[in-house]
Amino acid sequence: MTDIVSTIRDGNEPAQGLKPRSELTARELLREVGAVLRMSEAEAAKLGDLPVDPSEDQTMIINMGPQHPSTHGVLRLMLELQGETVLRCKPIIGYLHTGMEKTGENLTYMQGGTNVTRMDYLSPLNNELVFSMATEKLLGIDGDIPERAVWMRMLLSELNRMSSHLLFMATNGMDLGAVSMMIYGWREREDVLRFFQKVTGLRMNHNFIRPGGVAADLPEGWRDDVLHLLDSIPPRLEEYDILMTGQPIWRDRLQGVGVITQAEAMALGATGPILRSTGVEWDLRRDQPYLHYDEVEFDVIVGSYGDAFDRYAIRLNEIRESIKIVRQILDRIPSGDYRIQNKKITPPPRARIDESMEALIHHFKIFTEGFKVPEGEVYVAIESPRGEIGCYIASDGSATPYRLHVRAPSFVNIQCLPHMMRGGLVADAVAVISSVDPVLGEVDR
Amino acid sequence: MSLYGVPLSDSRGQRVLHPTRAQYVATVKALLDDTFVMCIDLTAVDFLTHPGRELPEGIAAERFEVVVNLLSLERRERIRVRVQVPESDATLPTLFDMYPGSEAMEREVYDMFGIAFGNHPDLTRILMPEDWDGHPLRKDYDQGRIPVQFSADFPAREG
Repeated sequence: MTDIVSTIRDGNEPAQGLKPRSELTARELLREVGAVLRMSEAEAAKLGDLPVDPSEDQTMIINMGPQHPSTHGVLRLMLELQGETVLRCKPIIGYLHTGMEKTGENLTYMQGGTNVTRMDYLSPLNNELVFSMATEKLLGIDGDIPERAVWMRMLLSELNRMSSHLLFMATNGMDLGAVSMMIYGWREREDVLRFFQKVTGLRMNHNFIRPGGVAADLPEGWRDDVLHLLDSIPPRLEEYDILMTGQPIWRDRLQGVGVITQAEAMALGATGPILRSTGVEWDLRRDQPYLHYDEVEFDVIVGSYGDAFDRYAIRLNEIRESIKIVRQILDRIPSGDYRIQNKKITPPPRARIDESMEALIHHFKIFTEGFKVPEGEVYVAIESPRGEIGCYIASDGSATPYRLHVRAPSFVNIQCLPHMMRGGLVADAVAVISSVDPVLGEVDR
Repeated sequence: MSLYGVPLSDSRGQRVLHPTRAQYVATVKALLDDTFVMCIDLTAVDFLTHPGRELPEGIAAERFEVVVNLLSLERRERIRVRVQVPESDATLPTLFDMYPGSEAMEREVYDMFGIAFGNHPDLTRILMPEDWDGHPLRKDYDQGRIPVQFSADFPAREG
């Protein structure tokens, strides 16, 4: 076919790292500027990124990470610098790759939740939700989930969006030197996690949303806990506004930094706050509603400049929108079953196991062998705090997925970094990484 | 059912197109012109141990299948493209020129399945180390086949 394919055939795999621009061709340069809309090689060469005289070119390539504190985990960036200006950048990932998709092929659908929940560890409930919804679609029971379970899923997923965005507030503040913001953000997030602990038993990695519904009903007194959250968080968001939004230093650090245009974001497949910061009104909760999002009222927050400040402001206001949604959920959540009463997939209640031999066997079989899922393939997507999280499952009719693929929003969003950083300063690189809000567990899977 | 002369099937209410490798790029181009402006996901499946799956008439099942999910923001629709890739010649043209965002996803498919994308600007491993042997998500690549470090029979590294 082409050069690269035959090179690989011969067993010579190219290196991953960033080559200095003096060794580049226009085609290779396209990788970084490709999103500047379907450029031809000749146009890319004209950008002025390639040095006039390659032998005299004096640029420096430095590594940022994988142990850099502001890279949010183990992200490694190779930056090509001229003085303090970032000419080019390449994210190098995979340091946290643990083969979760491969592991997923060996876990039953019942166990699968424990695996996917660890991918985006800051919004575990959204991961479980998308996995459960994909499994339910394959089983053909996606319309039969009890109402209470659906509203509970919405409640948890919105609270999770709040906790994830609160953590973003903390890390974004920390990266830019607003250290008190870091403490505030963690503090508020901890309040939400405490509620999760009450409901699911764990602060993170809940495995609570499962195919067929949720694992347990809400505990006693949950409504008061949620109301307490809804009352205590808004005044603190006002504090954030005083501390950061209106503050000149904060604005100077973020406004006009890491700009990405609408066309670029769409071409790169970016979703979530990054896409919305460029002015594209796209939120799966509104545009392709799942659960009961079509029955609640909320606004889709969009920006207009596509810079780091817009992305910060969008996330801050999305917390407010989530609070609005949670209030409506509290009014609407019905009583009833919290999981589907389908003997094939629902284990018998704990009390039955003590009195019925069949129930014990049934329970044992569901947890050891799992349930069989009909052959087929399906892709389900929902809006996670970071963008579109999708789950593609191909089933061969057995009790484990034949192929489990998770479309991780951070994996795609992180590819916007080279575009956001072009021509910026090294000091702004930290602000740009932070504004993308990547979770490396999900990037590497 | 067909669309752009390519068989169209329905999978749990989701539309799936099944182009041949020769039709692949033209089909995706037609979809791009038809408002499918975002390439949301690109992945692959290795059907080594499950060859007998349902495919529309005229499509011969091959070992690999590359799955592309496209999204139209304007019409709020999704469509999926599934293309068969034989083991003997595991190559496919890249979508980079139409969807620059597919660059990283194609690298991931190359890394995990060993499917090479022709004319890709930077076809290198993305998740595994550069010097890795094999492609982990292939079905003949067993879980647990990596030798455990610190055990007596762990081969010493060269150099």
